[in-house]
Amino acid sequence: MLPSYELVYETYGTLNSDKSNAVLVCHALSGNHHVAGYYVDDMKNVGWWDTMIGPGKPIDTEKFFVIGLNNLGGCHGSTGPISINPATGKPYGASFPVVTVEDWVESQARLADKLGIAQFAAVLGGSLGGMQALQWSLAYPERVRHVLAIASAPRLTAQNIAFNDVARNAILTDPDFYGGDYYEHGVVPTRGLRLARMLGHITYLSNDAMADKFGRGLRSDKYSYSYDIDFEIESYLRYQGDKFAAYFDANTYLLMTKALDYFDPAREYDDDLNKAFATARANFLVLSFTTDWRFAPERSRAIVKALLHNHLKVSYAEITSTHGHDSFLMQHTHYHNVMSAYFDNIASEFTA
Amino acid sequence: MSTHDHSTLTATRPDFAAIAAWIPPGASVLDLGCGDGSLLRYLQGTSKVRGYGVEISDDNIVACIQNQVDVIQGDLESGLSGFESDAFDYVILSQTLQATRHTEPLMQEMLRVGREGIVSFPNFGYWRNRMDILQGNMPVSEVLPYQWYDTPNVHLCTLHDFETFCHDNKMTILDRRVMTGDSEIKLLPNLLGSTAVYRFKRAV
Repeated sequence: MLPSYELVYETYGTLNSDKSNAVLVCHALSGNHHVAGYYVDDMKNVGWWDTMIGPGKPIDTEKFFVIGLNNLGGCHGSTGPISINPATGKPYGASFPVVTVEDWVESQARLADKLGIAQFAAVLGGSLGGMQALQWSLAYPERVRHVLAIASAPRLTAQNIAFNDVARNAILTDPDFYGGDYYEHGVVPTRGLRLARMLGHITYLSNDAMADKFGRGLRSDKYSYSYDIDFEIESYLRYQGDKFAAYFDANTYLLMTKALDYFDPAREYDDDLNKAFATARANFLVLSFTTDWRFAPERSRAIVKALLHNHLKVSYAEITSTHGHDSFLMQHTHYHNVMSAYFDNIASEFTA
Repeated sequence: MSTHDHSTLTATRPDFAAIAAWIPPGASVLDLGCGDGSLLRYLQGTSKVRGYGVEISDDNIVACIQNQVDVIQGDLESGLSGFESDAFDYVILSQTLQATRHTEPLMQEMLRVGREGIVSFPNFGYWRNRMDILQGNMPVSEVLPYQWYDTPNVHLCTLHDFETFCHDNKMTILDRRVMTGDSEIKLLPNLLGSTAVYRFKRAV
């Protein structure tokens, strides 16, 4: 139990007079509150979903009041393992509780209370963010009109949990991890976090995308016959791993992957997803990407089937894309056309 | 926007009015190969139906959403496994039957998912089509607007053919409307009608 917590958030656009145009953006594993735009004093720091959110973009901030937050347990300003525990004066570290998708939605609802938002026009997210959007429809059916679950799943498969566990083991077995209390030793488990990210990154790309981008391309024109970097893909993955390990907290990574693994709304209904969605009232848009094998289209179709069973309004599009799971973050004409059309309909339901 | 008002829509698609006349208010409807969602939008307006479309084309998915019609992207040729049995009152296949490859299993699937099926299709037995054939050409008309080399239509049939098919597949025809343009044809329908609409269910 946490005695108290802080959530950091950003907002874009203007909340209208009857507070009916609010949109909540839930982030995935490595995301944060900075969803769009850039800072005056840090112009290179562009929000992670800037292609989707902004003036004239599919989620048009001239019509919608968009909220991005850093989830509880994150490492971008909200209370997390790296934060100081007021009771001890030291970082929470290993003592930070494991938080779940349900906890996140609970904390997001309290943020909405603070902002005076009784009902969101839409709650959306990709991947783990999509799970939070789905959970909103279950936990607060009267507080959300539209739910968009993009490249998401109603629960992870065994294979998906397996990838997460290998990633966690890379961190947990790093000698610099110190059981999660590495902060007081003045080190970070960089090697573990880097490996976790490299593994994750492979699973977010498609075989084709990797083949197109890197193929068997070499950094120099001949093999080194050593264990140094030969292939471009090795160089790319190590670079991505290093970059990530430099700014992300290992405990947050552990916590986020565990939240992914635990999410399973059907579990308390004898594994019957139809029953799990019986309380939902929102309208849904479910999107998947053809080459996404980490959150495959059939996982999204399982969501759609449960929504249809409950006579809920739902549209589903399977976007042809070569970029695997990462597609949901990419600029893609058809994907953005679908999003624009859907958000135009949402905007037509309220008066500016 | 591909929104039409009702009068122009029923003029271009007279089968829509026939279909709407069969569907009671509040019914649940699945429209297979729903295009831009015009029929469902029309039915939502006339009969307050609860409906979903199924479409394969990306552009039509966007058009359906713009028409405020719920649509599920999918390929009819791989069946209706995404839909539970007896989930809908009506499953509609309007002007699409003739372009399906796995026509027979799809018709069976329609009656697994729906209580009743409704199909509309161009009657290949229409006299103008027969005249074209007699003169040695494949028919090209408003109802059959394609040349032989670019047509999506692979399973064209006549009224007689369709009725025989239903009989052989243990499907009971409940109702039939035959039209040429927007006028109903009662006399010699297999000769004088250019478009047919059928409502059918599983034979008991």
